[in-house]
Order: sequence, then C-alpha cells, then structure tokens
Amino acid sequence: MEIYLDNSSTTRPYRCVCEKVADVMRNTYGNPSSLHRLGIAAEKEVKAATAAIAETLGARTDEIFYTSGGTESNNLAIKGICSAARGKHIISTPIEHPATLNTLYSLEDEGYVVDFVPVDSDGRVILSDFEELIRPDTILVTAMLVNNEIGTVQPIAKMSSILKEKCPNAYMHVDAVQGYCKVPCTAKGLGADLISISGHKIHGPKGTGVLYVRKGTKLAPILFGGGQQNGIRPGTENVPGIAGLGLAAQRCNHRLPESAKNMAALRKRLESGICSRLDNVKVNTPECCAPHILNISFGGVRSEVLLHSLESEGIYVSSGSACSSHKKEPSYVLTSIGVDRKMIDGSIRFSLSEHNTADEIDRTISAVCGIVTRLRKLNMN
Amino acid sequence: MKADIILLKYGEISLKGLNRPMFERQLISNVAKALAPLGKFSVRKSQSTIYVEPLEDSADTELAVERLSKVFGIVNICPAVKCEKTIESIEKTTLECLSQMDIKGKTFKVESKREDKQFPMNSPQICRHMGGVILKNTDGLSVDVHNPDILVQIEIRKEAYIFTQKVSGAGGMPIGTAGRATLLLSGGIDSPVAGWMIAKRGVRLEAVHFHSHPYTSDRAKEKVIDLARIMSAYTGEIRLHVVPFTEIQLDIIEKCPKNYLTIIMRRLMMRIAEKISVQNGSSALITGESIGQVASQTMESLVVTDNAVNMPVFRPCIGMDKEEIVTISKKIDTYETSILPFEDCCTIFVPKHPKTKPSVAEIEEAEKLLTDPEGMMAKAIEDEELVIIK
Repeated sequence: MEIYLDNSSTTRPYRCVCEKVADVMRNTYGNPSSLHRLGIAAEKEVKAATAAIAETLGARTDEIFYTSGGTESNNLAIKGICSAARGKHIISTPIEHPATLNTLYSLEDEGYVVDFVPVDSDGRVILSDFEELIRPDTILVTAMLVNNEIGTVQPIAKMSSILKEKCPNAYMHVDAVQGYCKVPCTAKGLGADLISISGHKIHGPKGTGVLYVRKGTKLAPILFGGGQQNGIRPGTENVPGIAGLGLAAQRCNHRLPESAKNMAALRKRLESGICSRLDNVKVNTPECCAPHILNISFGGVRSEVLLHSLESEGIYVSSGSACSSHKKEPSYVLTSIGVDRKMIDGSIRFSLSEHNTADEIDRTISAVCGIVTRLRKLNMN
Repeated sequence: MKADIILLKYGEISLKGLNRPMFERQLISNVAKALAPLGKFSVRKSQSTIYVEPLEDSADTELAVERLSKVFGIVNICPAVKCEKTIESIEKTTLECLSQMDIKGKTFKVESKREDKQFPMNSPQICRHMGGVILKNTDGLSVDVHNPDILVQIEIRKEAYIFTQKVSGAGGMPIGTAGRATLLLSGGIDSPVAGWMIAKRGVRLEAVHFHSHPYTSDRAKEKVIDLARIMSAYTGEIRLHVVPFTEIQLDIIEKCPKNYLTIIMRRLMMRIAEKISVQNGSSALITGESIGQVASQTMESLVVTDNAVNMPVFRPCIGMDKEEIVTISKKIDTYETSILPFEDCCTIFVPKHPKTKPSVAEIEEAEKLLTDPEGMMAKAIEDEELVIIK
C-alpha cells in the first residue's frame, strides 16, 4: 500500500469531493448566469460553496472570489492592488512562492519598488527590519502564512498590526495556500485584506482557488470579460470545481483542530524517529512550524536518489533540490535560511495530511534509515 | 503557393550500378511511409527523379515537404505548381511564383521539358520565350545559365508544371539499404546525434538504454523514449530495449575499486548491447563517444571499452567538438529534450577520481572480482522492456 507524504505538492481529494464534482457535472450543468431554472440550480451550488468558505475564514460571502488556483489568486491580489493604488512600494520576503516572486519581479520591470525583508535561520521575518522598510508610499505587503518548503509560520498578525499602524492605507495580502486548514486562518485573526487559497492542497479539485478580498479593498481585475463575480474575476464559474472546493474546505476546516494535533504528533514522531537512528542529519523545519511539513537534510546523500529509492518502496516525498549534476539551482528557501549547499543537495520534504497513520510513519522511518545507510556506504569518495 | 506536385532528386543512388533499383525501391517505399499519415499520394519514379502527387485536394503539401526533408536518400525537394497548358497561363503562373520569392540581385535560368509534343513550342523555344518574359516583368533578376540561384523549370505533360523552389533534403542513403546497428542511447546530447549520423547512411537502428531505478527517475526513461521518437522521424521504426542496470552497478560498486567503476560499467554495457544485437540481427554498435570529452573517453579508456566486444563499434562523433555535436542535435531537434535535467545512469555513481589511463590487463583483473557477470547480464537482458517506436 502506498504511503503518500507529498501533501504540500497536492493532496488526494476526499471521496465525497470526487462524487460532488461528478454529480454537479452530470446534473447541474447550467450556467449560473442563465435566467432559467438550470442556471439557478448551478448558482445555488456556487452560493452554498461560498457560504461554507466564507464561514471558515470568518468572512462575508461577498468577499469570496473564485480563481483557477493559488497562482492566479496571488497574481490577482498583487497586480490588482498595484494597478488600483497610487504608490509604488511593495514589501515581501525572499522565501515566497514563485507565483508571488515572479509577479513581483514583473512589477519591478514596470517601475514598482519591491523590498524583501530578511528572514532569520528559522525562516521567520525579522519584525524590526520589517518595520523599518515601511514607507509612506507603501501600498502592499505580501507574505505567506506557511512556507511550502520548510513549514515556517510567519507572524502575519504582528506584521499586519505594525503595517496598519505606520501606514493605514496599505494592504496586507496573505498567501495562505499552505496554511489554510492547517493553522488558524481567519481574516480577522490574521489582519489580512486579501487571502489566497488553493483547492487541491485541502483535498479539493485541482484548478480551483479562492481570493478573499476584504470589503472596501480597492482591487482592479487582471482578466476582462462578461462581468461575473462583480467583474473582479469574470468568466463562467467553474461550478463543479467550486462545489467540490466548498465541500473540501468545509470538511477540512471542520476537522482542523483534531487533524492538526494528529499531524503534529506524527510529524514529531517522524522527526525523532529519523534523528535518533541516523547521524549527520539536519532538521530544516523550525520549532514554530505548521503541523504537516518536515524538511530534513541527509548528509552524504543526494535527495533525488533517496526520493526514487523511497518511491520504489511505495513512499512518496519531495526533494528540496534536484539534479545537482545538471547544475539546477539549489533551493532558494534553504539558501535563505543559511543551509549549506551540500546539505541542501540532500534535503527531503515530508508533508502530511489527515489521512496518514502512525503505522505509515513507522514504516517510513525504517525505510528512510535503511536506504540512507545503504546509500552512504556507496559513497564515491 | 500551394504545391501541386513535389519532385525528389537523389544524388548518390544514381551513381550505383546494377543494384540501383534496390536503392530506388527502398527510397520509394520510405517516401510512401513518411507521407502515409498525411493522406493519399501517388509516388512514382522516372529518370532518377521521384514524383510525389497528392491524390486528394485536402493534402497539406507544406507538411509533406517538411516530412520529406527528413527522409534519407533525398538531396533536393522541388515543390511545383500546376497550370493550364497554354503559354499565357504558364507565363502568369511563373511570374506569380517568382513574386513570392526573394529575387533581388539573384540570377536565374529557365529549363523546360516537353513530354506532350502537341504543345506548339518546343523546349528551347519555351526557354527563350520564358527567359524574356521573366526579364521583362521582374526587377533585380539577371540570367546565368551556368550557375543560377533560381532554376525555373517548366514541364509540359498532361498539364504544365512550374518549379521555382528547391528545399534541401536530408541527404544520405535510404534507411533499410545498409543493414542494422545498435545504438547505446543514454539521454544526453551525443548519442542521438551518433545514431542519426549512422542511420543517415541507410542503417536501421536498434537502441539500448540502461535504466537504474530507483537511482534514476522514470522521467529519465520517458525522456529517452521521447528522444527515440524524435529520431524516428528520420530513422523510421526504432526498437528500444530498456535494460535494468541497477543490480550490475551495485555489484561493481561493492566489489571493484571505485576509480574503475565507470570503465567497468561501460564495458558491461557494451557487452549487453552486443548480446542484444546478436539476438536482433544487428551487426554493429554505435556510441556517442568523442575523444577526450570525459574520463571514460580518453584514448586509453576507449581502447579498454572497445576490447570488451567483438563487434565493430561505430563512433561517428569521435573527432567532433561538443559545439559541433550540439549544432547537429539542434538541427535534428533532439537538443531541447537532451538537456532536460534528469539524472541518468552515467551521472550518478561517478567516482571522485576516475581512472583516465586504464589498461586492458588491470581492468580485466578488476572485473574478476565480480561474482557472476555473465549471469547478471543474462538476467538484465531477460528483464528488459522493449519499446517499439514508430
């Protein structure tokens, strides 16, 4: 039986989500904008999903906008704020997801100024540095709630209150793709004006996402069309995807208190199991982390080889860095927190979901220890 | 303008003696096979030229020209336009064709063939007349009857045909006229180029890829299948043998001195490829090696690798620089796939200090440390996965 520990890449959808998507595709195929009853039935599906998602975020239903996923949500939030605002200054961090970083780089080409707050060796934003970077013309701060590679939880609420005090008109955007349904994530709790969410990271369908936009936020669209979703994100709604996403969010969020506790315990079990049986390993995930991510470097081992060896035993994980022999760039996240190159080449990310069990973790520990010991014997020196 | 007929000129084949029909038959069959997916075409030969004519109006002759440019044995491809058999119509069509070409400062010559003797002008008359018409109605063209940039050919048959363009063919000899050889296909830049160069001489390809799961990803295997598919546009069917190599590699690492690892590995690969060749009626091996490129390709290493097998080993890249190999791989479209970053069996398990000047005697001695190389090779071949790429 396979052991899936790559849930930060994507998750297996809940069975009820698969059934919901198929059911809506078969039976509720109307266009929500149509005036007839088939349209109304489809609109009802969308409304139900919106209500469920709004509730998880402590938001109003008119603050929820559907997108094609985390990448589009981040693009819409960042570009949409910039084109509606007057200033030119943005603050972010060096360990954001490429969907954020590359959007920011494209804005730099258009003349915006982006400052990246340094992070400490845990990957956490240094708040005093952050405060100093805020300028009167700062229009946006964009930061991730949970880092996708190492699991660090950013002090978003503190960043937001510092920002609002110094620059009340600036907006706070939170990329919660890895944090939503893993750590507490409400608009008020985070002090967020915009929140990006992805469906397939919470056992929902791929190609679905949400951007929460606090009422009153000035946001310009990046796509133009028939005026759906208040013109913020036009295009006929992905009704089956949205219905599936709504169900996944509701279920995943409902289980959160218990599943977070379980995942954190399993994560700890995995970490101490590996660390007690192997030497020359470095845990890259800090103490202040999300419950589901564990990033470990194995000295003297190439992560891609370890990944494929685990694969052949039915265990699926991610490598922090691929193919050093072809000079692919090492992970910028691990580089930013000061991990040295050799250890980056041996880094593996285990990411859990509520479906993992203690038995799976124990089997993973013994597989990892066996393979790493074997691989180290093959060392070419 | 959309071509109505395509003429294919072949070079070297026309120099052949009594066995020339065999080469021509093979070429015609290869041409027909290359065009089959595009619809119905008539393919026939007359006087050292192959005539390709679409039998359906919907046939895409541009795509046909592109496919034909990958058929070995063809030197030039000349698409032609058909018109009514009157001198007015021939004038008009010829000028139309020229108007779509870049003719500034170029020279031309008119040639004609009159199969239909009912046509009122004979061939020299047509040439003279059309030469005058072209000179009078175009700008920047001048006549050169010995070495023209543009050859305007007019053929009068059931209809009149005008040829103004010439596309270079792939050259070489038709696939299937020169036996079969086995390519060691790694997934890098060199081996597809080596295979292409040998196939160009009419040789059918068998290919062997060594797969080291879990030390290499299944993506590396998919990449090699993609490479073989790109090559097959030139070479026709390729039978790709994917041979599991992990156990042999681990055995070498465990038993033999580390700095001999690569060279022993390569010798065993050659021996496996030779055995597969014998089983599949292939009579030589092909590798992408080039002298001095890496430690396993020094003169001494090549001697030791060669010594592992009895079959001839063809290394068409042997005297080429990396740049030259890259140029060909870009031309044949394998480059972008070759550089995809997946570990392959040659890049993992690379010793820190590989032996660059091994001798046959010391390597044979080191190989004696392996417990049962024959048995392991036989098992690897037995467990191979055969992928047929058309």
